Amino acid sequence: MSASGLIEGRTGKWETVIGLEVHAQVVSKAKLFSGAATDFGAEPNTQVSPVDAAFPGMLPVINRVCVEQAVKTGLGLEAEINLKSVFDRKNYFYPDLPAGYQISQYLQPVVGHGRVALDMPDGSTREIGITRLHLEQDAGKSLHDQHPSLTYVDLNRAGIALMEIVSEPDLRSAEEVGIYLRKLRSILRYLGTCDGNMDEGSMRCDANVSVRRPGEHYGTRCEIKNVNSVRYVMQAIEYEARRQVELIEEGGKVTQQTRLFDVAHGITRSMRSKEEAHDYRYFPDPDLLPLVLDPDWVEGLRAQLPELPDAKKARFVSDLRLSPTDAEVLVAEQASALFFERVAEGRDPKAAANWVTGDLFGALNRLRIGIEQSPVSAEQLGELIDLIADGTISGRLAKDVFAEMVATGADPAAIVENKGLRQVTDEDAIAIAIDVVLAAQVEKVAEYRAGRDKLYGFFVGQVMRATQGKANPALVNDLLRKKLAG
Amino acid sequence: MTGSLTSLTLAETRDSLARKAFSARELTESYIAAVEATRPLNAFITETPERALAMAEASDQRLARGEARPLDGIPIAVKDLYCTKGVLTTAASHILDGFRPPYESTVTEKLWQAGAVMLGKANLDEFAMGSSSTTSYYGPVENPWRRPGDNCPLVPGGSSGGSAVAVAARAALAATGTDTGGSIRQPASFCGIVGLKPTYGRCSRWGVVAYASSLDQPGPMTRTVRDAAIMLRGMAGHDPKDSTSAPVPVPDYEEALTGDIRGLRIGIPLEYRAHGMNMEIENLWYRAAGWLAEAGAEIIYDISLPHTKYALPTYYIIAPAEASSNLARYDGVRFGLRVEGSTLDEMYELTRAAGFGAEVRRRVLIGTYVLSAGYYDAYYLKAQRVRALIALDFNQAFEQVDCILAPTAPSAAFAIGEKSDDPVEMYLNDVFTVPANLAGLPAISVPAGLSADGLPLGLQIIGRAFDEEGVLRVAEALEHAAQFRHLPGFIAGGR
Repeated sequence: MSASGLIEGRTGKWETVIGLEVHAQVVSKAKLFSGAATDFGAEPNTQVSPVDAAFPGMLPVINRVCVEQAVKTGLGLEAEINLKSVFDRKNYFYPDLPAGYQISQYLQPVVGHGRVALDMPDGSTREIGITRLHLEQDAGKSLHDQHPSLTYVDLNRAGIALMEIVSEPDLRSAEEVGIYLRKLRSILRYLGTCDGNMDEGSMRCDANVSVRRPGEHYGTRCEIKNVNSVRYVMQAIEYEARRQVELIEEGGKVTQQTRLFDVAHGITRSMRSKEEAHDYRYFPDPDLLPLVLDPDWVEGLRAQLPELPDAKKARFVSDLRLSPTDAEVLVAEQASALFFERVAEGRDPKAAANWVTGDLFGALNRLRIGIEQSPVSAEQLGELIDLIADGTISGRLAKDVFAEMVATGADPAAIVENKGLRQVTDEDAIAIAIDVVLAAQVEKVAEYRAGRDKLYGFFVGQVMRATQGKANPALVNDLLRKKLAG
Repeated sequence: MTGSLTSLTLAETRDSLARKAFSARELTESYIAAVEATRPLNAFITETPERALAMAEASDQRLARGEARPLDGIPIAVKDLYCTKGVLTTAASHILDGFRPPYESTVTEKLWQAGAVMLGKANLDEFAMGSSSTTSYYGPVENPWRRPGDNCPLVPGGSSGGSAVAVAARAALAATGTDTGGSIRQPASFCGIVGLKPTYGRCSRWGVVAYASSLDQPGPMTRTVRDAAIMLRGMAGHDPKDSTSAPVPVPDYEEALTGDIRGLRIGIPLEYRAHGMNMEIENLWYRAAGWLAEAGAEIIYDISLPHTKYALPTYYIIAPAEASSNLARYDGVRFGLRVEGSTLDEMYELTRAAGFGAEVRRRVLIGTYVLSAGYYDAYYLKAQRVRALIALDFNQAFEQVDCILAPTAPSAAFAIGEKSDDPVEMYLNDVFTVPANLAGLPAISVPAGLSADGLPLGLQIIGRAFDEEGVLRVAEALEHAAQFRHLPGFIAGGR
């Protein structure tokens, strides 16, 4: 795929058109319509109420927390909040769908049109439209691998609240899809409405993919169902777009169908065609009244929204004078941004950004841990920067101190003290060290004075070695120049 | 002795228990014997005598301590659509084979908390779908009434036929029913008892097996209007577990029975006469209007409910639509009957074919059809619009009148098997009852007279939403004027 996102076919360029349906699990202790717990990884069928198992006479009652989370998400996506929405039944038979219907929102979702801004690699911004967000129940899980001929059903997930976030067909490449998903995940995590954990299935994605000649009408789309990692979604879209282009260029026609992504082979396979599609017989759930929201309550939620990544990035660039790239890296996760702000408080923001995005992120990556588990606290990193700023240690030495902090969690001042790393700022001591170095390198001094300027760095290195790196580099420079000048 | 105890009304029994004229245990023993004596009528699917005695003894202890609750020691029958914890709950369907719920319905829990005694689970039409109590997997229920000089067994009406029979045959002091399109009122009319469908949302549906969720409403079936008032107070109330339950206070309905209906305006809807009405029912209807006028009410003879003729087809679209979805959970996976198949689909097909009777299958098919892509707008959506118009009819009528007097059913009880080959003929039974369900209004059927062939006929009072008090007050006046003292041919313990 070219940088423009266009596919080079045999017969010319093709544009990929993608719309996404993201199923994001709502952060909530209880399920959408029952009081059962939602913890991940519990023993099968231990988090199931008679409501979730659809026992006779059981009735759903909406969980206020889940509604609040959906509305917050809608506000975070700058979307319209529908003060009246309706829950519908989506009817189909499957063993992991106990009632024989899923409670969802069909014609009147709780959240309407919104938007997500994507930061493109070239520094530009691209806006992706959000069609809607609605609340729905998750189904249970069919376990086909527990018995040679039987399927087992685990209903722990059944009834858990999901937000289905539907985008407009505004995405044009797998790369954009990756940026979109990461951005959406970031917003949801900032809002605390979805933990975005794809490994635990907290975010899953259906992709609608079609191809067309640039500027022409939309082609026939295929839906790739239930992909649960950003990488797989991107692979699936790459493959599917390519497949459609080849099909059309060979004289074939794309038929509307549902496809599954085969992770092992990196390809999509047909699951069912439009003719085999379910008739879900949607109708308003008569067990539930329409969901009516108080506008004051919505405004109260809006007032409590945290600063979201876009606003934070803008502030980092304009107020703290960070580069857009650094700012973007820092705001991707709320915890990183918070950490950075604590480090930068009362210090040089640029230095703080360099340390956080460079050394700290590097160390965390090596340790494979998140910033929440960082062995170095924001306060400690701040102290380290202070030690550099006040000349106690050099930037070079600071790297060693930092490594020690990562390894032991100790305070930088203590490390400097214990290891005797305090920078030598005593002019006399440095002058003596310089004299010793120059006396031992008479020939090189002569060469330097004869015009070989490049040797200057060699002398600095020798002095630093002689002082075990503790000499204040500024002083060394100052004195060395004078002495070399003779 | 048995006969004399079971012949008292609920109110009389309550007062006698308070006076310690007899114990709750003695009373319950009489009723257990009456339940056994009534077995030929097949009114019960499950009898729970041990539980009844244990509950009666607990009541006796409270009565002895002077801590009597409103229904202490009152033996009742529970329609087998209410889930009862640990007690077989069938909905009269094969598909719920062996199902013992791990929970108790809100309404029955309230009744037990009020001190009522459970005699057993009453028979009904399968999943409450029917007007004759002949579609039960456990066999048809028989009406204790017969036409004098005719041995032909009659239907008790439905779907709460077992409940109606238990009360009419003196095998229970009261019973719970559910009314989706007339399932309390029509069997009450056929069996010569009182049946009250409260306002939708008045009684919790939690733990009641669903037929059509937007129409289903639990209610009492009793021998007198006062008994219905007492029972309703024990059943009603807001339930946070049912989102459609109304957060409104429950009044003391007995206090509403002042006997004074002077100045109340009672409407006679023109459109209810347009159905080729049985003359003796029409005569009874007008006679009753006269009685109420004599009692001081003002009768308005020409109120209009213009969309009445659409009520029955509207009901037979909405109710099956909801039922088709509500009954999807009976799939053989988690509880009840399972018939194994070689594939998942085959298991579904075999289980549901074996588990559901013909009427249930018919309604599931109709419901699935009217919700299908391409038919939804023409049927379900249009039916919902008509439903709104029917509700509007009532709202407009209630600007003019305080309640409405109408027949309960277009005929007296018919013979078992008489209307079973033509489902539409059977559906026509609900013509006068479904409008109140579609509009969510309270309505009560009161026995008002006998047909020419000696069978009871009921009339209904329909009131404003949540005005059960007004409905009960007028119903009591009607009951008082009608002086319906007739008893069925079959009475447990003899007449």
